Amino acid sequence: MPEKVLIKGNEAIGEAVIRAGCRHYFGYPITPQNEITNFMSKYMPEAGGVFIQAESEIAAINMVYGAAGAGARVITSSSGPGISLKQEGISYIAGAELPAVVVNVMRGGPGLGGIMPSQSDYFQAVKGGGHGDYNNIVLAPNNGQELYELTVKAFDLADKYRMLVMVLADGALGQMMENVEFRDKETPLKIEKDWAATGTDLKRKKNYITSVYIKPDELEALNNRLQTKYKEIKKSEVVYEETDCDGADIVICAFGLAARITRNVMQLAEEEGIKVGLFRPITLWPFPTAAIAAVVDKTDAIMSFELNAGQMVEDVRLAVNGKKQVHFYGKTGGNLPTQKEILDEIKKVLGKEVSDA
Amino acid sequence: MPERLHPKSLENTTTHYCPGCSHGIAHRVIAEVIDELGIEGKTIGIAPVGCSYNNYLYFTFDVLQAAHGRAPAVGTGVKRVHPDKVVFTYQGDGDLASIGIAEIIHAAARGENITTIFINNAIYGMTSGQMAPTTLEGQVTTTSPLGRDTKVHGFPLKMSEILSQVEGAAFVERVSMHDVKHILSAKRAIKKAFKVQMAGLGFSIVEVLSTCPTNWRQTPVEAAKWVESTMMEYYKLGNYKGADLEV
Repeated sequence: MPEKVLIKGNEAIGEAVIRAGCRHYFGYPITPQNEITNFMSKYMPEAGGVFIQAESEIAAINMVYGAAGAGARVITSSSGPGISLKQEGISYIAGAELPAVVVNVMRGGPGLGGIMPSQSDYFQAVKGGGHGDYNNIVLAPNNGQELYELTVKAFDLADKYRMLVMVLADGALGQMMENVEFRDKETPLKIEKDWAATGTDLKRKKNYITSVYIKPDELEALNNRLQTKYKEIKKSEVVYEETDCDGADIVICAFGLAARITRNVMQLAEEEGIKVGLFRPITLWPFPTAAIAAVVDKTDAIMSFELNAGQMVEDVRLAVNGKKQVHFYGKTGGNLPTQKEILDEIKKVLGKEVSDA
Repeated sequence: MPERLHPKSLENTTTHYCPGCSHGIAHRVIAEVIDELGIEGKTIGIAPVGCSYNNYLYFTFDVLQAAHGRAPAVGTGVKRVHPDKVVFTYQGDGDLASIGIAEIIHAAARGENITTIFINNAIYGMTSGQMAPTTLEGQVTTTSPLGRDTKVHGFPLKMSEILSQVEGAAFVERVSMHDVKHILSAKRAIKKAFKVQMAGLGFSIVEVLSTCPTNWRQTPVEAAKWVESTMMEYYKLGNYKGADLEV
């Protein structure tokens, strides 16, 4: 019987890590992701794994680099300011083609910002916060169940493509308690890592893990390899959810918590005779560009709703490619808009009267 | 070089290092130690950022190249996955004593069971001879053209002395590679550092006073003499911790 438990989102991530067969966690405290680190410190040793509270986020991501390069499934978690510190390591992981999972339980920025829920790290996650031509696969859960399932999936994707997968979670989801169903048994993807630095045992040629190529042709070859891989991922790994978009007055494009809020707005709008559809990207990279291009033909209007100043909207606009005007509504600082505020914004876009009540 | 004289753990090839640089000697000594301990197949190295960034081309065992200063963190990740393997970092002074000082201190503090070979040549070699955290007072570099002024730039760090104060560090020794006698005692220290790790006693480090004739604007012979006359005055050779360990 699958086990159904009432659990905090951050702890659901922790449970996923263990059940995905990952036995190495390196972290550093930062709110609002602390429950992951706390969970790991207790349950990783219980599972026979390794937990280290590193001296910094920089050290933690480099421990991840080492463990991944040595062939292990490995994860670190943090929030905005800590993820900024990890960007050097994330770029190295991309360059050395190592499989690793990073969780960002987002807070509001810039700077030290605040700890309330925000989606201010879309650019950083999707456009590559570090240096160089690279991408990470970015998964955006919108409830406790998905925090669990997408974290499990992140490890498989990382191993399959030898790259970093980021789970971009909302602070509110990490902090909320919800019912989550854990499968009896996860079946982690088994891939032989014959490229890893494990010691030769004098049985094979040496392996070395590196991202430095002084000769331009060699560096270009790495980049070509990466771009070929990214192209393949764009073809096969796009995931999204489409709700009531056919014939909608307006389609709201939203991920994570914003999508969750939008669902309630849909009901409210229906009561007033406005048909609102929801398009929810689950992979933020690869972005569901083709699907959005198709959706926009089925609706009168499209609006990106994000808990930031307008980040994903750029990708929505690229997908829509000028076929329609793409509207935006957002809220920053960790403030959440009320359903009425969002509905009013929808009405404005649709040229309907907005009541003061 | 004839096969019989060449360490197995060292590729039989030329290196990119300048004439008179200590890196080549240090590589060979490490390779000899690994051969003598019979651990070539179970050794995993961590290469730094600096002139020795690509030392994996010269060693015959597995190596991970690390970001600047992060080798001890990378080594930690590797060692925690493979506690039965021998893991060592190879780092210069800019890498270890400047940008990576947090990583080295905390690897030592955790008693991380790895070994560090610390190449201290008092300068940033790869980037054209800038002032290092170990550059001596008065020493001319491309970023201290009038000589290091301690009123402006502060004082060079004595890493062996600092690390010997850290509880988790089991073995700390400073050696030099400027002549045969000192190379032989450096080799003894490096061998012991590896044996400390193999015995599971905790963090071990050997600081190697090294030459950089190119950036010191000296001939190889002058550089070797400068180590003895000037560097060894400030950076005293000797064991700072773990001399009594029997391994």
